[in-house]
Amino acid sequence: MSQKIFAPWDDPNEKPLIRFENVTKKFGDFTAIDDLTLNIYEKEFFALLGPSGCGKTTMMRMLAGFENPTSGKMELAGKNIAGTPPNKRAVNMMFQSYALFPHLSVWENIAFGLKRGSMDKRAIAARVEEMLKLTRLTKFAGRKPHQISGGQRQRVALARSLAKAPKLLLLDEPLGALDKKLRQDTQFELMDIQESTGTTFVIVTHDQEEAMTVASRVAVMDEGRIIQVATPDGIYEAPNSVYVADFIGDVNIIEGTAKPAGDGVYFLDWTENEPPFLATSDVPFSDGQKAHLAIRPEKISITTEKPDDAKNTVQGTVLDIAYLGNLSTYYVQLADGRIIKAQTANTRRLSRRSITWEDKVWVSWNATAGVLLEQ
Amino acid sequence: MNMRRFFLIAVPYVWLLALFLIPFFIVFKISLSDLALSIPPYTPTMKDGIGQMIKAFDFENFVFLTTDDLYWKAYLSSLKIALFSTVLALLVGYPMAYGMARAPEEWRPTLMMLVILPFWTSFLIRVYAWVGILSNEGFLNQFLLWTGVISTPLAIMNTTTAVYIGIVYTYLPFMILPIYAALDRLDESLIEAAQDLGCSRTKAFWLVTVPLSRSGIIAGCFLVFIPALGEFVIPSLLGGSGTLMIGKVLFEEFFNNRDWPVASAVAVILLLILIVPIILFQRNQQRQAEAET
Repeated sequence: MSQKIFAPWDDPNEKPLIRFENVTKKFGDFTAIDDLTLNIYEKEFFALLGPSGCGKTTMMRMLAGFENPTSGKMELAGKNIAGTPPNKRAVNMMFQSYALFPHLSVWENIAFGLKRGSMDKRAIAARVEEMLKLTRLTKFAGRKPHQISGGQRQRVALARSLAKAPKLLLLDEPLGALDKKLRQDTQFELMDIQESTGTTFVIVTHDQEEAMTVASRVAVMDEGRIIQVATPDGIYEAPNSVYVADFIGDVNIIEGTAKPAGDGVYFLDWTENEPPFLATSDVPFSDGQKAHLAIRPEKISITTEKPDDAKNTVQGTVLDIAYLGNLSTYYVQLADGRIIKAQTANTRRLSRRSITWEDKVWVSWNATAGVLLEQ
Repeated sequence: MNMRRFFLIAVPYVWLLALFLIPFFIVFKISLSDLALSIPPYTPTMKDGIGQMIKAFDFENFVFLTTDDLYWKAYLSSLKIALFSTVLALLVGYPMAYGMARAPEEWRPTLMMLVILPFWTSFLIRVYAWVGILSNEGFLNQFLLWTGVISTPLAIMNTTTAVYIGIVYTYLPFMILPIYAALDRLDESLIEAAQDLGCSRTKAFWLVTVPLSRSGIIAGCFLVFIPALGEFVIPSLLGGSGTLMIGKVLFEEFFNNRDWPVASAVAVILLLILIVPIILFQRNQQRQAEAET
């Protein structure tokens, strides 16, 4: 049984649910969003990822209607929504602080949005019950927000924002206040709920692991601009810049000059006394162009003997070992002082580890293991 | 036995005992006595012996209060004036507190200062200043005559209107400060959440801002109502003969009639009336403290 791959962004006939067209937002002299163009499709779980101050929250607040773009077009389901107040949009938001009404019970919090419409009482009650069941809160319906735990509060906030069945749900750092274990469980719960309700989710987060886990596509932002939009594996395996490669996960960046070796293969001259590295790239580089080789630590093997089959090998000494339980990261210092991180899974017990501090080792990787980046 | 804790708790209790409970029992004792031409102007006193004194006590003065309709009319009128002043102070004070809480962060200390500033001058001087503003030759009438809005001066001075103005002015800070404290704590994202869920700005104000500042509103109302009920200086300086307030009656009984026993009976009843709102106020404060923990 094969499952159809969900990728509306590759289908030119698909109409986006949200369209940002050259949107700029300025606060006085400060440009929070800089000429941004972006499409988000129906049923997507879209993550806006970036460091604090990169403009991801401003984007979300513009979608919710709390801020208006200074210039540019913003469309929801084909209609321009710039200037529409938040209470007139089919968009709901889950706040970072949850913003539950402390004077209302869980039940009343969830019913709050429904009561603003023209729904009759029975339909409201039925919808609230449905939401309570979806978020496993039925037992707590009568409690006030301060009488339940953080994880339960988070679920109330989610139920409240989903109750009106919005076209688009915005989640502002939804799991930020939860501890790590609960966060991981909740991530999967969020994905389940997103799938079962079919709502388009846009999540804002600074936690790259969270973005990678939940999202169908991730947009990496910096200083009001989107640097790259791609699927989680696309972002990780094929970052388009050193910034993205460095922001997502751990990476070794080796600077040098490129020399074409034909058929998408390039030599990278990175130091004087060692042979050049071999790397493949889809993006063409000219002879002598500056280039950065980005390579993930887990794609680098570390051995005591020089391997014969690897395209790129270089010798160094083990400077440091970071033991993470399941993994160990070796910090290997090369002859020119450069440090390369290599990661291996700890399949054996620690006492059986063959490599230790100050050992002479070989690090090696294949030509396709890394990506060559311009900037 | 933790001595430090004992002393800490003992201080306010001794204070209450010495400055409230003992004076109250003295007043209560006088209210049970009879008028006499002596110093102090009542009998019996301790010098007849305690047993003799207690035997001579009766509730005659309390009965007397029910025979003359002046007293209950004064109580009722005081309640009415205190209630209306409280409502007026709320109507004036809430927007001011709201404005303060919404003002830019750096302005707030200044605005707070402006609210508290009148306390730095004597209460009496401030009430006298209103005489200068409200009287026939006062600033207000002079100004209105000068602009041509009116041709004869408005008679505000020595009316109940002047009393209302005086009470609302004097007790406004007591209304503003607790409401401001409640609004200042209010999380802005709650208002945004309400809007996000379909409320207009006005609707969000009524459904979220007002209920969440309730404890401040209640505290402010009691802080205005309780002192306004027994108010004496404002009605006697700004009010006329038409303004009947129990504080004024009390003063006249004590110092003009020199009928200490009846005056004491008036004071005891006033205190009994005040106990109800004071207990309600305490309950509100306690509930608020519990909600915050």
